[in-house]
Order: sequence, then structure tokens, then C-alpha cells
Amino acid sequence: MSEPIIQMRNIEKHFGSVIALAGVSLDVQPGECHCLLGDNGAGKSTFIKTMSGVHKPTSGEIIFEGKQMAFSDPAAAITAGIATVHQHLAMIPLMSVTRNFFMGNEPIKRIGPLRLFDQRLANRVTMEQMRTMGINLRSPDQAVGTLSGGERQTVAIARAVHFGAKVLILDEPTSALGVRQTANVLSTVDKVRKQGVAVVFITHNVRHAMAVGDRFTVLNRGKTLGTAERGGVTPEELQDLMAGGQEMVELESSLGGTV
Amino acid sequence: MIDSVQDERVRQIPWWRKALIRPELGGIVGTIAVFALFSVFAADSGMFKPQGILNWSIVSAQFMIIAVGACLLMIAGEFDLSVGSMIGFAGMMIAVFGIVLDLPIWIAILITFVICAAIGAINGLIVVKTGLPSFIVTLAFLFILRGFTIFIPQTIERKTIIGGIKDAAEGDWLAPVFGGKIGQPLFTWLGEAGYIDTFQRGTKQGQPVIDGVPMLIVWAILLIIFGHILLTKTRFGNWIFAAGGDAEAARNSGVPVGKVKVLMFVFTAFCATVFATCQVMEFGSAGADRGLLKEFEAIIAVVVGGALLTGGYGSVIGAALGALIFGVVQQGLFFAGVDNSLYRVFVGVILLAAVILNTYIRRLITGER
Repeated sequence: MSEPIIQMRNIEKHFGSVIALAGVSLDVQPGECHCLLGDNGAGKSTFIKTMSGVHKPTSGEIIFEGKQMAFSDPAAAITAGIATVHQHLAMIPLMSVTRNFFMGNEPIKRIGPLRLFDQRLANRVTMEQMRTMGINLRSPDQAVGTLSGGERQTVAIARAVHFGAKVLILDEPTSALGVRQTANVLSTVDKVRKQGVAVVFITHNVRHAMAVGDRFTVLNRGKTLGTAERGGVTPEELQDLMAGGQEMVELESSLGGTV
Repeated sequence: MIDSVQDERVRQIPWWRKALIRPELGGIVGTIAVFALFSVFAADSGMFKPQGILNWSIVSAQFMIIAVGACLLMIAGEFDLSVGSMIGFAGMMIAVFGIVLDLPIWIAILITFVICAAIGAINGLIVVKTGLPSFIVTLAFLFILRGFTIFIPQTIERKTIIGGIKDAAEGDWLAPVFGGKIGQPLFTWLGEAGYIDTFQRGTKQGQPVIDGVPMLIVWAILLIIFGHILLTKTRFGNWIFAAGGDAEAARNSGVPVGKVKVLMFVFTAFCATVFATCQVMEFGSAGADRGLLKEFEAIIAVVVGGALLTGGYGSVIGAALGALIFGVVQQGLFFAGVDNSLYRVFVGVILLAAVILNTYIRRLITGER
């Protein structure tokens, strides 16, 4: 195995008297999809927010590309190459795909003293990127609102990768999607992984995780219950770890194994 | 793996649907309708003779100046209800500094611009820092500024109108930028060549009935060009759309949403001050009741121009057309001999129609059902 691009060591995060994270460790290799599983309230969000510079850890170390880092804000993390694609807050429906794609990173062309938004370049790049991701746009002016939920996630992922993300954090990208759209997003994840991007995939759906994950880390009540390799763990085991074992077994038997 | 096949459900949208999702559409249709209407009902009234055109152009230009500011601010997701009070306040500040304190007019104008920009920034900072709706914050400033505009002249001069600004502005270098006219030689030539009427009697005999384009109109055109380029052709323009479309998503993408919004409040205040300065230079006085209800007229012009009240969508050109519609109708009713109170009925009806149309357009854009 190669050197991990990012290592989180013994991360603790306290909010007042609440211990959200009680020593979580995780590392991600380039070109790997590392799934972070956990039920609601397990500390997944707090953990990725620590990773992406939103929260500062109370204690513990973040080592990015071999150096210890302390991100002051999300912008610093983005500059370093850690990008987050949020579940809902990724795209602006009323704006065109191009305007969304380049939001915050607009290319500039100079005409005399004027610094203008290079719309033509932006449109071309957007169309190219969308085609590689398998989305056929009618035109780059098309509003993001006309895209499906899965396509929006794909645009957001393509955008993050295009602007140099080395670590891509996906916050429940499939939780609100249908079967077909989920498959599209998972195939996008697979594509960016093959480009050498390290993917952190947050989900509470074991099947989605099993579909693309190389390694699996389960969070429960702010603690990690260990990292498993692909093939070294069954979906049932992951499910049990997420729910905290015992009660889930009882629940599942009463529901006839449908969960 | 997804194949790059054309999805058969993504059909090509017809041209009329494409045209329909342009924000300017309502403004263009409205403008055509209004001109068609008045060319029938007010054809003989002189509305479309040079003086008539100048008349409604000035009124439209007034609406345009404040509509450009309100438009960019609304696209950035905020309102400013203090625009009208700001107009009154800015005019009064010029009078206080220029007449009461007897400073040169250009200094009075510059100080006023700085004060009003600062108040705009305070408006914006309160909205951005507290997360309160701009509706409430700027409503507070509507009262605060109007209160001061009445209180200050009453306290120091014992009256609510301060005059004498025309005399004080005589020979000033900055005052003509707001109160002057351009193109006099052109109009003199047009008059001599017989293209436009000239005065037949009196002290102005032989001079053209229009002796130049007021700076008010020049300001309106410059602000529209500036606003349009800023919004559609620059990086900052993309940030304005983003800030109003979804502030959280914009922030996640590294857009400085707070800065964008505060700057748009400052720009709105700037536009209000331009309006006030032009008005003060034209009238030669500042009154405590100036600018009443202007904030609503600006917002209505912007909405008629196709902007969404919820932000993130709109057009400066549309807002300018909205302002033109208002100017033409307000003066056109006068030319057509219709009672002026019907103007308000018109405003209400057209506002309602525009908002309903905009809601429909929004669904078209976002594909909501």
C-alpha cells in the first residue's frame, strides 16, 4: 500500500460538555474509496467537518500529504485540496450549469482594464467535463434545476475534481436518490477514484458502501469500531456495527431481515 | 458505466420556451404594450413630441437609477426598504453641509456620498451579521432616516425645506455632473436645422425647446450599463447570483457571500444618493418629504423586469424596462387626460401580473412542478 494522503489520528471533538468524537482515527489512500458508515448522530458529520476545516479538533492530529495540518477555515482546506460535496447544499438550481460549475473559481479574461468572466472558456470546459462524466447537456446555459438529483451530485463531484481536489469528501451523496440515479453517482465515484482521487464516502446505506468501497470504517457514538478491508466484512456485519449490535439483531429478526 | 447516449426524454426545448425563461421577457412585452397603448390614446397630446419624450424620459430615468440598485440587491437576495428615506436624507445632507454649514457644494456632495454609503454598509452589515431578514432591518432604517431628515432641518433652520442650493452651486465643478445637461450644441443645431421646434417668443426666442439631455438621464444609462456588465460579464456578477440563489451553497464554494451582500447594500445607497443629488440640483432645494414610497416603486420596477423576489434571478435590462414602463405610464396617463389616481391601480395590477408570470417562469427554469 502507498502512503496515505490524509491521516486523522485520535480526533476528539467536544462541544461544551458533549463529546461528539471520542478519538477517531482514519486514513485514506490516493485512488481509494474509504466508506465512513454510521447511524444518525454517530458523529459522521462532525468528523468530516473536522476534516474539511469547519471544526477544529479538540485534540488529535490531521496529517495531510505527510505534514501536520491545522486548517483555519474551509477555504484553507479547499486550497490544500480537500473538497466536500454536500448532500443538499451543492448547487444553485436557478443558475446555469456553467455558472454553478465555476462558482467561486470563475475564469477571467482581460479586455483592456476590464476583468471579465470568460464565459466561452467556462462553457467549453463545462461541456467537456459533463461529457466525461456521462451527462449530456442540452446547452451549458441549462439551469441546474432541470437536472436530476443524481446529475447534480455528479456536477458537484466533477467540479471538485476539476478544481484540484485530492481528497473528495462526499456527504451522503446517495441518501435522497432513486435506484437509477444512485447507480449513476456510484459510477461517478468509481471514475474519480480511478483518476487517483482519494474519496471519503459517507453513508448509512451498507449496500451503497459495499458497491464502491475499498475500506470501511464504522462510527458509533463518536467512536470508531475499526476499519475493515473489502472482502473482509459482510454487509450484515457492517449493519450490526452501525446499529451497535444487539438490539439490531432483535429488530431485524422481527422485521424479517428487510432492513 | 453510463453510455453517452442521448436521453430520449431530454427533448429539445422550443424557441418560445427558451425566450420565456429570459428574465427580460416581461419587461419587453410590457414596454411594447405600453407604447402601443399610448400611441393610440395619447397620439395627439404631444407625448411623442420632443418635449413630451423628454418629460417621460426624465421620469423613467429617475425610476431607473434606483431600480438598478434595487435589482442587483434583490438578485443578491436582499431588499432595501430605506431607499426612499435615503433619498430624502441624502438631499437634506447636501443642503445642511452646503447651505447651513456653507461648505462648497462639491464637498457637501462628496460628504453626503460617504455618509450614505456608510449607512448602506451598516444596513448590510446588520443583515449579514445577525441573519435577520433585510425586510425588517431596512424597515427600521426607513423610519430612522426619515426621522432625521425631518428633525435636522427643523432643529437648525425651523423649517422642513432648505432652498438656495442653485445659487450656492453656481460655478461649482461637481454640481453640473448631477444637475447639468449635455449635448446643447447638438440640440441648438437640431433647432436651427428645423428638426425640433424652437421657442417663437420671449427671452428664449430662437432657442430649441429642448436644450440638452439632463445628467439624470446620463446617470441612468451609465448605471444600467455598469450594472448589466457587472451582473452578466464578471466574476462578481456570478457571486451576486450565487449569494441570492443559495447563500449556503455559495459559501461552500468559496463565494464571499457577506461581502457581496454588503457591497450591494452600499451600491443601492449610492444609487439613491445619485437620485437625491440630481433632484436637489434640479429643484435647488432639499425637502424632508422627498423620496416617499420610492423604495416600493424601485422594487416593483425590478419585479416587473423579471427578477424573483426570492433572489438569485433577474436582469438589470429587465429592471430598466420595468422603470421605463412606469415612467411612460405615469406621464402617459397625464397626457391622455386620465385621472392620476388610476396610475396606482395600474401599478397594483401590473405588479400582480408580473409576480404571477415570474412564478410560472421560475417553474420552467427549475423544472419544478
